[in-house]
Amino acid sequence: MLIVVCIKQVPDTTQVQIDPVTNTLVRDGIPFIVNPYDTHALEEALRLKDRFGCTVAAISMGPPNAEATLKKALALGADHAILLSDRVFGGADTLATSNVLAAAIRKLHAEVDEVGLVLCGKQTIDGDTAQVGPGIASRLDYRQLTLVDKIVDLDFTAKKIRVSRKLEGRHEIVEAPLPAMLTVVRELNRPRYPKVQMRLAAAEAVVEVWNNKTLQLDEQKIGLKGSPTWVSKIFSPDRIKGEILGDGYADPAGAAALLIDKLMAKDMLPL
Amino acid sequence: MTPNPFIFAPLLLASLAIFAWGCWKRLSLISLGQPEERFDNIGTRVGDMLRYAFGQKRVLAKPFGFNHFIIFWSFLILMIANTEFILNGLFPHTIKLVRLPFELYVPLAFMIDIASLLALTAVTVAALRRVFAPPYPEARTLDAFFILGMIATLMLASFTLNASDLAAYMFHSGADPVSFLATARKIMPVSALLAGQLPPLQLETIHAAAWWAHAIALLTFICYLPISKHMHILTAIPNCFLHRLEKPNTQPREVFTVGNRFGVGSVDRYSWKDLLDSFTCTECGRCQNVCPASITGKPLNPRAVIHDIKVNLLENGAALKKGAAPQTPLIGEAGEGSVSAESIWACTTCGACMEACPVLIEHMPKIIQLRRHLVETEVEFPEELLNLFENMEGRSNPWGIAPSERTKWCSQLDVKPFDRDTTEYLFYVGCAGSFDSRNKHVSVAMAQLLDKAGISWGTLGKDEKCCGDSVRRLGNEYVFDKMAKENVATFIERGVKKVITQCPHCFTTLKNDYRQYGLELEVIHHSQLLRNLVQDGRLVLDKTTEEMGVTVFHDSCYLGRHNDVYDAPRAVIEAATGVAPAEMERNRNNAFCCGAGGGRMWMEEHVGERINLTRVSEALEQKPDTICVACPYCMTMFEDGLKDVKADNVKVRDVAEVMAEALFR
Repeated sequence: MLIVVCIKQVPDTTQVQIDPVTNTLVRDGIPFIVNPYDTHALEEALRLKDRFGCTVAAISMGPPNAEATLKKALALGADHAILLSDRVFGGADTLATSNVLAAAIRKLHAEVDEVGLVLCGKQTIDGDTAQVGPGIASRLDYRQLTLVDKIVDLDFTAKKIRVSRKLEGRHEIVEAPLPAMLTVVRELNRPRYPKVQMRLAAAEAVVEVWNNKTLQLDEQKIGLKGSPTWVSKIFSPDRIKGEILGDGYADPAGAAALLIDKLMAKDMLPL
Repeated sequence: MTPNPFIFAPLLLASLAIFAWGCWKRLSLISLGQPEERFDNIGTRVGDMLRYAFGQKRVLAKPFGFNHFIIFWSFLILMIANTEFILNGLFPHTIKLVRLPFELYVPLAFMIDIASLLALTAVTVAALRRVFAPPYPEARTLDAFFILGMIATLMLASFTLNASDLAAYMFHSGADPVSFLATARKIMPVSALLAGQLPPLQLETIHAAAWWAHAIALLTFICYLPISKHMHILTAIPNCFLHRLEKPNTQPREVFTVGNRFGVGSVDRYSWKDLLDSFTCTECGRCQNVCPASITGKPLNPRAVIHDIKVNLLENGAALKKGAAPQTPLIGEAGEGSVSAESIWACTTCGACMEACPVLIEHMPKIIQLRRHLVETEVEFPEELLNLFENMEGRSNPWGIAPSERTKWCSQLDVKPFDRDTTEYLFYVGCAGSFDSRNKHVSVAMAQLLDKAGISWGTLGKDEKCCGDSVRRLGNEYVFDKMAKENVATFIERGVKKVITQCPHCFTTLKNDYRQYGLELEVIHHSQLLRNLVQDGRLVLDKTTEEMGVTVFHDSCYLGRHNDVYDAPRAVIEAATGVAPAEMERNRNNAFCCGAGGGRMWMEEHVGERINLTRVSEALEQKPDTICVACPYCMTMFEDGLKDVKADNVKVRDVAEVMAEALFR
């Protein structure tokens, strides 16, 4: 059984600034990281590998330097790492991206092993659309289970999965047949730290690159040409100064209680 | 008469065989260790051996050490007497000291007699101490009492033997007992005193009994030595010769190529010298009595770590020699012979154990090696370290703050970038000085002081990266290696030669650790620089500050014990306040850690009393208004500790802040 994890190289957004003139991200000198939600997806795949002995393939669409992200996946224990990289893939929106990723998953299914699960982070921290995972599920006609914070039950022989979804203020337990696409939240697990041996091996490993010659996709459905959305403007919204609640000096316990109430009301405290 | 070579010779041969077998069985295990160079600078090594082994320098650092000094030197002197005894046993009546020229014999006999008395007294005192006031509770071992008892038996037998010899000579020669004994007392005071008390008719029986008692005690001792902690009399002297000449706080590098192993997960991964250390431990317990972890009730006990390495080696030695897998795990909860992960993570790497060890055992590097195995091979470490490791690797600072914020501390100041042509010093601010809100004040004070003294300095600004101290001490050598290589490349590229640091951790890493990467920097801690600037008249204090009140100074482990900087920070405080700071009970090389070293800064402290609270209470005994520190970690630990004991009327100030107070207020 093959588990495919979709990961993305993103700029460390806490360090990103927006150029006020061009309204684009200033990416110079900003380090790239693995999209944090994707690290939880990868971790879950690796845990399933430890438990069931399935094979894990990490795939990523991006420029050639996204290889580093895939090497991190190899260092953590992924069996296959495939970079989907081609100039014609560039400039893609979520629709075009999901077309490429879905095609790669189809190819893995045909050539490596039967795909049981596709795991994605709930969204990326650069685009924050949360559309690519569901897009892949639609293209592949897989069941989609979004915002998963726990895999309650998984049976590869009966081809069934039961998960807990973290929704606003509640949890939902749902069951679906396999193959399924899951998008995951941070509460799902704690990503592991790589062993040095594995890092060294990953550094020497060759990441397989698939371009459009490999995938043979209609150029009208990928990249800029296949993207019905375009970015007209990016800007940081002005911050409005918040209200001051309670008196932290005179009554710290009361202020803390107010804060907790506020956070609970806004569903910002994980329960 | 008594010595019968036909009985004694086979017994001696058998004992020597058992001794040799015992030594071989243990010492041959040392060859299982990894290679390590310990034979450089022979001259220094011989000097250190004379100082530490024969001069007993460290032993004498504690009052009770004098007792051991007596035993050690008596032992050396009595080697002459024992050699005579053995030769006499093999060839009776042929080899006797008494046949030496009178001028040589008299002082020798006198020395032996007195040494025996001193040794007897010393072992009695040692036994009493062990009963009534042992160095640590578990020190009352059968092993210890047996050894002391054997030494006492040897001394008593030897007195009786000499006394019966004297008495026999007196009766056979027909000399006047009173004048004979009076003369004899000048040569062998104790034996002569005893000779007068022996019954003349049983002299031969007494002589025979004493001779055989001595013989049996001596031979038993020879057989027992290699399997007891008394083995140290064989290993301590070479161990002092072989000690690491550089301060052992700088751990050796690892080579990161596929197929290598990292850290120490089984005992044969230690170096041969590490294994020799384990056979050298005398179980004196001085390390555990100064260890901040042991004292505050953590599971770590440095003596036990060394002991467990020895036990592990003995238990797994046979298997390892055959190339088989070890049975007893080196890291684990298996009891004796295994070091628990919890104790491995409790170490603050303060180096107090190594400073206290009389035979120069290197405890701390062994613990780091175990950490390396846990981090790099097993990936098993306290969960709070996961964030630290990722922050250090991803953003090159412990908190994971965006590197673009590294220069925020100096946003109100005119700070020049370091340039090899226009600035002399690089001020390497460090992560705490750049990001920690309290320690930013120290950076600002330093910047003002440097400008005031007219120093030509600059910073690397946003290009400054973390030195990697914490990850190295935590055993994440892989990440340290990456960080070190990156920093070394930057320093070389930017032409950095002289560096000022305000953090002892940056100080030691840049000064000592980066030397392993071929980078020789002139690194100066800000306390040293400020002291020099005052001495050279570049910082002129026309008044002292009274703002600080009574000050007490806390030594940072990485400045003091690890780099021998003790006077500079005290001189700065004295220059600024007009008074030398008060001293805590444990100060300078005996100072007690704040609890933050060795990466403990980033870990929770759940077990036992908190180390920083212990140190805060000690500081408060001096009734200070200000606790002075020279390290950002110590700053944090003291500020937190003072809040916890509700003593935040006491201030914590870095030496630079004290100096700035005197100059600018």
